[in-house]
Amino acid sequence: MSEQRTAAVLYLDGVSVSFDGYRAIRNLSLVIEPGEMRAIIGPNGAGKTTMMDIVTGKTRPDEGDVLFDGGRHDLTKLDETAIAELGIGRKFQKPTVFESHSVADNILLALKGPRGPFASLFGWRNKLHADKIDEVLKITGLLDHRNRLAGEISHGQKQWLEIGMLLAQDPAILLVDEPVAGMTDAETEQTAALLRDINKSHTVIVVEHDMSFVRALDCKVTCLHEGSVLSEGTLDKVASDDRVIEVYLGR
Amino acid sequence: MSLARLLCALLVSIILAGQIVKPAYAADLASALTRFSADDFTETATAIDEIVATQAPQAEPILSALGNARLFVDMATKKVYWRTAAGVVHDALTGEAVASPPAPLSTVRVNNRLRRVLSNAIGALTLMAPEPQRRREAADAIFRSRDETALPQLEEAMKAEKVPAISRAFQHARASILVTAPGVTKEQRIEAITVLRDRADMGAIAALRSLNGTADAETKTLAATAVTAIEERLRIVGYVQNIWYGLSLGSVLLLAAIGLAITFGVMGVINMAHGEMVMLGAYTTFMVQEFLRANAPHLLEMSLTISLPLAFLVTGLIGVAIERGVIRFLYGRPLETLLATWGISLILQQTVRTVFGPTNREVSSPSYMSGAFDFMGLSITWGRLWIIVFTLIVFVMLLMALKHTSMGLHMRAVTQNRRMASSMGIRTPWVDAMTFGLGSGLAGIAGVALSQIDNVSPNLGQSYIIDSFMVVVFGGVGNLWGTLVSAFALGVANKFLEPLAGAVLAKILILVLLILFIQKRPRGLFALKGRAVEA
Amino acid sequence: MITQYLLSRFEKTGIAFIVIVAAMAIFVPLSNLLLPASSPFHVPTHVMSLMGKYLCYAILAISLDLVWGYCGILSLGHGAFFALGGYAMGMYLMRQIGTRGVYGNPVLPDFMVFLNWKELPWFWYGFDMFPFAIIMALFAPGVLAFLFGWLTFRSRVTGVYLSIITQALTYALMLAFFRNDMGFGGNNGLTDFKDILGYSVQAQGTRATLFFLTALTLLLTYLICRWMTITSFGKVLVAVRDAESRTRFLGYRVEHYKLVAFTVSAALAGLAGALYVPQVGIINPGEFAPANSIEAVVWVAVGGRGTLVGAAVGAVLVNFAKSWFTTGALAPYWLFVLGSIFIFVTLAMPKGIVGTLKEWSGRMRAPRDESKAPVAQPAE
Repeated sequence: MSEQRTAAVLYLDGVSVSFDGYRAIRNLSLVIEPGEMRAIIGPNGAGKTTMMDIVTGKTRPDEGDVLFDGGRHDLTKLDETAIAELGIGRKFQKPTVFESHSVADNILLALKGPRGPFASLFGWRNKLHADKIDEVLKITGLLDHRNRLAGEISHGQKQWLEIGMLLAQDPAILLVDEPVAGMTDAETEQTAALLRDINKSHTVIVVEHDMSFVRALDCKVTCLHEGSVLSEGTLDKVASDDRVIEVYLGR
Repeated sequence: MSLARLLCALLVSIILAGQIVKPAYAADLASALTRFSADDFTETATAIDEIVATQAPQAEPILSALGNARLFVDMATKKVYWRTAAGVVHDALTGEAVASPPAPLSTVRVNNRLRRVLSNAIGALTLMAPEPQRRREAADAIFRSRDETALPQLEEAMKAEKVPAISRAFQHARASILVTAPGVTKEQRIEAITVLRDRADMGAIAALRSLNGTADAETKTLAATAVTAIEERLRIVGYVQNIWYGLSLGSVLLLAAIGLAITFGVMGVINMAHGEMVMLGAYTTFMVQEFLRANAPHLLEMSLTISLPLAFLVTGLIGVAIERGVIRFLYGRPLETLLATWGISLILQQTVRTVFGPTNREVSSPSYMSGAFDFMGLSITWGRLWIIVFTLIVFVMLLMALKHTSMGLHMRAVTQNRRMASSMGIRTPWVDAMTFGLGSGLAGIAGVALSQIDNVSPNLGQSYIIDSFMVVVFGGVGNLWGTLVSAFALGVANKFLEPLAGAVLAKILILVLLILFIQKRPRGLFALKGRAVEA
Repeated sequence: MITQYLLSRFEKTGIAFIVIVAAMAIFVPLSNLLLPASSPFHVPTHVMSLMGKYLCYAILAISLDLVWGYCGILSLGHGAFFALGGYAMGMYLMRQIGTRGVYGNPVLPDFMVFLNWKELPWFWYGFDMFPFAIIMALFAPGVLAFLFGWLTFRSRVTGVYLSIITQALTYALMLAFFRNDMGFGGNNGLTDFKDILGYSVQAQGTRATLFFLTALTLLLTYLICRWMTITSFGKVLVAVRDAESRTRFLGYRVEHYKLVAFTVSAALAGLAGALYVPQVGIINPGEFAPANSIEAVVWVAVGGRGTLVGAAVGAVLVNFAKSWFTTGALAPYWLFVLGSIFIFVTLAMPKGIVGTLKEWSGRMRAPRDESKAPVAQPAE
């Protein structure tokens, strides 16, 4: 166990949390290796989003360990900002971009660099090259929409913008919550390709319902049910697990 | 008792009654009165004693007049007169009013020693007065003066006394004398100490503290422990009194905040015009009373009962109008709602100012709201008591309404999941309007009650709005029980801080504490937890 | 260099604003001092003082817009910062009265002599020095805002909760300043000022100078706030306004940003108060009234939040309307008008005058040009 602990980039053990008596997460354990891509699946209310909330510091677990970077950081003791600064980026289920900023400014805000108020006040962040912004925009296919307000672009583009912001942030782990919700099949495929590409240099955790998308990711899969791990392994193994079929995939 | 003896007693009383027709005291009184003409303090003192002894009905007015320098002697005839405060002159001997008193009258002079004698004499006289209130006052006067010369009359009066409360007052007075007077047996003193200990107030402590110096050590210790016991009891009574005042303030806060707990707590609408709804409720009461005074004065006693449903209706309808006219366009934009309703509050205030004028309006209290009574050493005013009772009734009825009526069910459904409720066929806009109407109507009801204890002016609402928001926020938004606890907690805390810091500073302290509290628990005392909260 | 940078980033409204305010700063005092009273271009002293008062309100409005329009913090207590700055200046002016007071005490202001105080309370020390008073006018509201913000932002009190407790803050301060033993003149406040830096506050020259300084401060305030909002700092502020938790997940210390904006805003509001007091001649606890703060909010809403220029325009327009109404026979109806403005602006014109104008001109020039600053969306 301790070996896993020091090797894992993200290590959850015996995590539980309840809201007003409802146990959203029960004794959840999850180990993510560095450079890994992991897909998390499971029915509604399985605790997928809550798990992400716990990792990113939005929700404090009632008990259990949440460790980052080989056990060097205890995430239960840190807040969202500190966790983000450590290098954990998150894309939300509902795309949240800064709607009254331009697409380029959204990327600018996400770019890695000093984040203090005085740094931004005295323009240090402006020195960051526009090249980097353009690079990210090119990857996410938003270059033509550079100066449009983020509130005006389409839903799918917002999803991509948010992924672009994650890229700009350049975190050690990307937590991606339902990236292809509301996307066309073609967009879904592109997104899968993009995530695989990102995975070359980052650890990625994806929560998704779309099984064809998960298949396209071609990675280890964890199925959650009622707040704990139901099954884990390759997609084929998980998909053939009777319990998974029972509660999630259906016969 | 045999019939014969009864008859005998009757006969005796008839004979005695016959004597009263021709008063036996007349001669004594006449001789006593002549002493005044001597213009000598010793003679006057003797006269006072003799007058008291006569038990004549005019004895008391004569002695009072003497104390107030309104007793006169006609040196020529040696006849004595007194003048009432109204200026009517009476003949002291007959007690009858004299139309034209003789011209040169000289005032009977008194010195300080005489004043003391006089006050005791009057005390002794009033001890036997026919009115219970005056007997009681006399007993209390003796209790305070601890004048041992009053003891015989006091004991005399005790025998005759039939009213238990006054009889107790006499006993206290006697005990206070016995504790201080010289030449009292140890047993008597100890008994007196016990009586005083039971009385348990500041007066009793004063009496016990002036325990006669010659008393032995045991008695002294007894007195000392009695004092400590009383002080302890007084401290408790003080706490209870503070709690009572606090509950009273809390009920006012709750009353003002309860409507807000619906509009802000349940609907999430920031209604800055809430205070004005309270104000309109108070003005409804004023209007109802004006109407009744002009058209049906015999119903004036019922004015509050009539005002309650009317105020609920008036403010409820205004609330519905505000919701339909303004607020429904602003759902999901709480800060805008805040500003728009502030605008509404300005308009409502100015409307009332234009119609009714800027000054306070008189709202009378029905008889059951006025006066006070004593309860275990606490003075409790009926008005405050009724407001607490009324507040609790309103609170319970609201809880019931939310729990057990279909309207309440719809309201809760809409708050918990608007879209789901809507797809279940609940007309959510209508529910919104009704909920806001209910909150406003509750504010109106609060206004009826508050008209009894506050000034009814266009600014009435302003003084409650910040407090009400604080109560709701402190209690935890969306939690009626939280609002109840928070209102009473803030009320009691305020009243406990007041003696330490003064009224204004106490209020400031409470505000500062609340601001600090919100830092610690941004969602209030009884916050809802879970995913739904963090939007 | 900074000026150049700023100028390159100004939209038309900003430039127009700077030109107009600068022109007022120069021409109003000059016409008041140099032109004869008979001239049609002469600005009478009382009009100039009134305009000076409006400009102070404009400074307050811009400072409020910085936190509300850009950061989504609806402060219902900005009047408190304004009043604190006013009191700092008032204390200086009180100390300047010296022996000319009714009681002729060289050190103690009249109200202290009246209350039988023997010595000056410690917090009155230093206020005989003008620079100290100005520093305190910035410092007192700044420190209060810092402490208050440090507590509230850290525990993530946001939205209406924050608004309500800022209102409670100014209410508590009002109650406190009404007390005689606070040492700020109680009910009557501070008044009967004689002179400022040796010049009589009543003199025409002093009033013209004060007007000039106020207009200059307004310009400065605008430039500071403009600078804060067009840098990355401002972008983060808007991000916080629109999606606070998203900003956190990007690794920004949201509370630090809010704290800087709130503190600067409070200090600017205090400066506005300090300029206001010598021009109106009195400061009393009524300035802390919650109604004043909320009225300042409506100025910003009328002009257009998130535009800075709009806030100043709104402050001047609403206060001009107020003066116009309350001096005539229509005085009783002013509150109807003000109330209606609140309702109208929130319902029908959430972007305010300047915001709506910008939107129109934006629609005319259909393809968005590069320099156009995004029109602020209503917070929340």
